[in-house]
Amino acid sequence: MLGLNKKDLQLMLIVTGLTMLAPFILNPFPESSGMAQFNAGYPDLMQRFVIFGIFAIGFNLLFGLTGYLSFGHAAFLGVGSYGAIWMMKLVSLNVIPAIFMGVIVAGIFSVAVGYICLRRSGIYFSILTLAFAQMSYALAYSVLTPITGGETGLQIKSTDRPIFSSLEEGETGRANLFGMDMRQSFELNIGDWLFTFNAGYYIAAIVMLIAFYVSIRIFRSPFGLMLRAIKSNQTRMSYTGLNPRPHTLAAFVISGMYAGLAGGLLVAMDTQVGPERMFWTASGEVVLMTILGGVGTLIGPVLGAGVIKYMENILSKINKDVLHEWFAFMPDGLEDFIVFLVYPFIGKGWHLTLGILFMLVVIFLPGGLVEGGQRIGKWIKNRGKAKDTGGSTEPAE
Amino acid sequence: MEAIILQILNGLDKGSAYALIALGLTLIFGTLGVVNFAHGALFMIGAFCAVTFSRILTLSHTVVDETQTDFLGNPLKVDVPYLHDLFGQATGDAIIDWAVPLSILFTVPVMMFVGYAMERGLIKHFYNRPHADQILVTFGLAIVLQEVIKYFYGANPIPTPAPQAFAGSLDFGAMLGFDPNLIIYPYWRIIYFIFSAIIIGAVFAFLQYTTFGMVVRAGMADRETVGLLGINIDKRFTIMFGLAAAVAGLAGVMYTPINSPNYHMGMDFLVLSFVVVVVGGMGSLPGAVLAGFLLGILESFASMREVLEILPGLNQIIIYLVAIIILLTRPRGLMGRKGVMED
Repeated sequence: MLGLNKKDLQLMLIVTGLTMLAPFILNPFPESSGMAQFNAGYPDLMQRFVIFGIFAIGFNLLFGLTGYLSFGHAAFLGVGSYGAIWMMKLVSLNVIPAIFMGVIVAGIFSVAVGYICLRRSGIYFSILTLAFAQMSYALAYSVLTPITGGETGLQIKSTDRPIFSSLEEGETGRANLFGMDMRQSFELNIGDWLFTFNAGYYIAAIVMLIAFYVSIRIFRSPFGLMLRAIKSNQTRMSYTGLNPRPHTLAAFVISGMYAGLAGGLLVAMDTQVGPERMFWTASGEVVLMTILGGVGTLIGPVLGAGVIKYMENILSKINKDVLHEWFAFMPDGLEDFIVFLVYPFIGKGWHLTLGILFMLVVIFLPGGLVEGGQRIGKWIKNRGKAKDTGGSTEPAE
Repeated sequence: MEAIILQILNGLDKGSAYALIALGLTLIFGTLGVVNFAHGALFMIGAFCAVTFSRILTLSHTVVDETQTDFLGNPLKVDVPYLHDLFGQATGDAIIDWAVPLSILFTVPVMMFVGYAMERGLIKHFYNRPHADQILVTFGLAIVLQEVIKYFYGANPIPTPAPQAFAGSLDFGAMLGFDPNLIIYPYWRIIYFIFSAIIIGAVFAFLQYTTFGMVVRAGMADRETVGLLGINIDKRFTIMFGLAAAVAGLAGVMYTPINSPNYHMGMDFLVLSFVVVVVGGMGSLPGAVLAGFLLGILESFASMREVLEILPGLNQIIIYLVAIIILLTRPRGLMGRKGVMED
């Protein structure tokens, strides 16, 4: 179905199910319980999950398939965001043209950047992309202030009068989809649980599912195979008479357009943009997401984006008092000691946890969390089997 | 004319920092073939060594001073550094005043050890993995080191002044016969430049004129053959890693009076130093130094008012722009060797 084989279709259905039911799944704890702070089912965070999922899927199309490690991917996200917000400010408050504009602008920009950067590979490619991203950031911050708003960034103001809109005097425009406000939410109370169904989230989720579907198709297409050939041995590919450049450029541009799509969606959700979105740490973040989840796998990047955004928003909120509350059942001295041990890794120190987790993944699990899951799965399977066969084999003499 | 001299001088101190960091990066790359994204973190740790050392020097105990009273008329409690007890007031104060230069003595062994531990504990296991993996794991390490420092020292910059003797500025213009006050240059920046020149010279002399350096250079050229000659080249390369870490650490120590250290200063410098290394040519030590000074000076020229009027924003992007042009026209960098990471 849909041109997917059975396994991919299963994966697609699982992802669809998870994203559609996310408001339930991410809110497993009752509102009044102490665990409620682990609930991630509020619209803003859910939107970030899927949007950064798109960003990471796009990055994975480049790094996972061709092996080109771009350290400047946030530039495309930023450029896409700027394109989208200008579309909203000038033409229409509808999110669809804005998102399209983001994709197109990021696509054009990535053609230019890719054409230059892809002349080199390896570490040079990483540094060239980094240089371009830092340049875009510096320009957005300084000279291009009339276009980018400089340090303050751009927002939709009450003075903005898009052409296709019927705003009253002094009314601030809001992002909408044919009249449906992005911030519109439907809240469902079941017992002590509160579930929020947000219009913006569902739009972003549907876009994410489409993006995910396209990425599966690319992975399974002859084009995807070609990209993997480039990753494994570029020289051999040239000897067989195939020019790798157009393929890598195509992958780069597709990947940049995914970033632009994510940028456009971000603007559609919160209608603002600032240059810090292009800073190289933002590019580093998408690298972290992809590696953490599992580079070169389909679901990995989405998973990684989810883990990192969850840590950023939930883990960082835990402070010392909360910790003391948790460990209150222990004797006083032990409680203080445990809090002292745990505290550096949570709250403001969540980056430390992220760094350690990331290093562990790179060292021990090059395939990321997906590989970890597969290994555990295999281990459980083999444990069952090991009993039948008797386990170890004798070495041959 | 004055403006040009001033810009060259301004470029020198930034260029010195770039050159020192890039030198260490290149040493690691040339010997071990590892792209070390954590090198900026080593620079930052060096700077915090200076902070730690000056905190150790000012460790104090409280005594009640009967001769002074606070506003309530009670005897005033004064913090007296232990150094006063040990060396007397005048000498103790002088030592505290000279904390930054003195912390060099403290930094070198610490950084050698940090470098050694890093290489043996982590990077050793990554020689046979792709460059992308090396970049990723050192990038992760940089985040971890940065966060550890942030946890212990906080997120705010910590002012660490230079000794009183170097606090002022030199009126360089007057010395050359220009009007006074046209070219003013802080003493500490001159010290920084001289210091980095000495370090760079020392590293080169060490590689050029000692037996150890000769073996290392031979190992850089052909690691396998040197190994076949019965020399334990790995051990020497590990020591070189420690040395590179010490160079980065020293660059950080001496930079503290110019810019108060904060936990992300390493990352800020790292991105630029990579560009410097690439412009100079991967694996070329003179190239790294040359490119460091060149880019430092170019950057300060680009921030001249006259230039900014014609090309606004140039100072922000000049380094990256130069890097892009160099990489596309001279893929090996200014002084890159043939066959070293050409793709």
